[in-house]
Amino acid sequence: MSMKASTRQIDGVTIVDLSGRITLGEGSVVLRDTVKDLLGKGQKKILLNLGDVSYIDSSGIGELVSAFTSVRNQGGELKLLHLTKKVHDLLQITKLYTVFDVKDDEATAIGAFTR
Amino acid sequence: MESTLDSVNKAEQMADQAASQVGFDEDTRGGISMAVREGMINAVLHGNAYDPAKRVNLTFEQSGPELIVTIADEGKGFMPEEVPDPLAPENLLKQSGRGIFLMRTFMDEVRFRKLNSGTAITLIKRIPGTELDRQEAST
Repeated sequence: MSMKASTRQIDGVTIVDLSGRITLGEGSVVLRDTVKDLLGKGQKKILLNLGDVSYIDSSGIGELVSAFTSVRNQGGELKLLHLTKKVHDLLQITKLYTVFDVKDDEATAIGAFTR
Repeated sequence: MESTLDSVNKAEQMADQAASQVGFDEDTRGGISMAVREGMINAVLHGNAYDPAKRVNLTFEQSGPELIVTIADEGKGFMPEEVPDPLAPENLLKQSGRGIFLMRTFMDEVRFRKLNSGTAITLIKRIPGTELDRQEAST
């Protein structure tokens, strides 16, 4: 299953709804291009909704980390929303769970961005 | 197998089938599939560098109480001990370097062997309910 990404705006935050697999190849490229495009448009408050992401491999983890650092280096914030158990466990194992700001509720996540 | 992304995806599916036939539960199957996927990425991307002239040899074998997966590439070879620890604080935000760690996380044993041309990775998972597994559980 390929990865899909769609974006919407709420209160100055860009929510990226991702679905599918973030893996080496297309999935990682879709995520990279989406974040690059948002940063290019000056949209630096980004909430990645991973609720429909079924699988992430090491390349996908790397792409999430890269997105996180790219946004932060441009003075923005990137948070994660709705992790599935698989993705949650993977971020725990790789010690990245505490690096990312992970939220379970969309409204709470949006409210957590710096104003 | 060819040195392509398609081979990586196929290998992942084959691993799930092999693990299912041996009787692993769903969670363990997911871990084995991920380890095989990471081993294949290592072979296709880092070993053979997508070179169409180079192949990856993938085998699944049940040997007594163990599922043994071997992934051999034809690349220039590498030293796994030179891969930095991805859990070290200074490496947490690196984009790459987690594949071997994930293989070791999900398998009972991971061995690397330098070939004349390339590297062979052997991934071993003990089958639950077998004698070896019971010995491990009691220690």
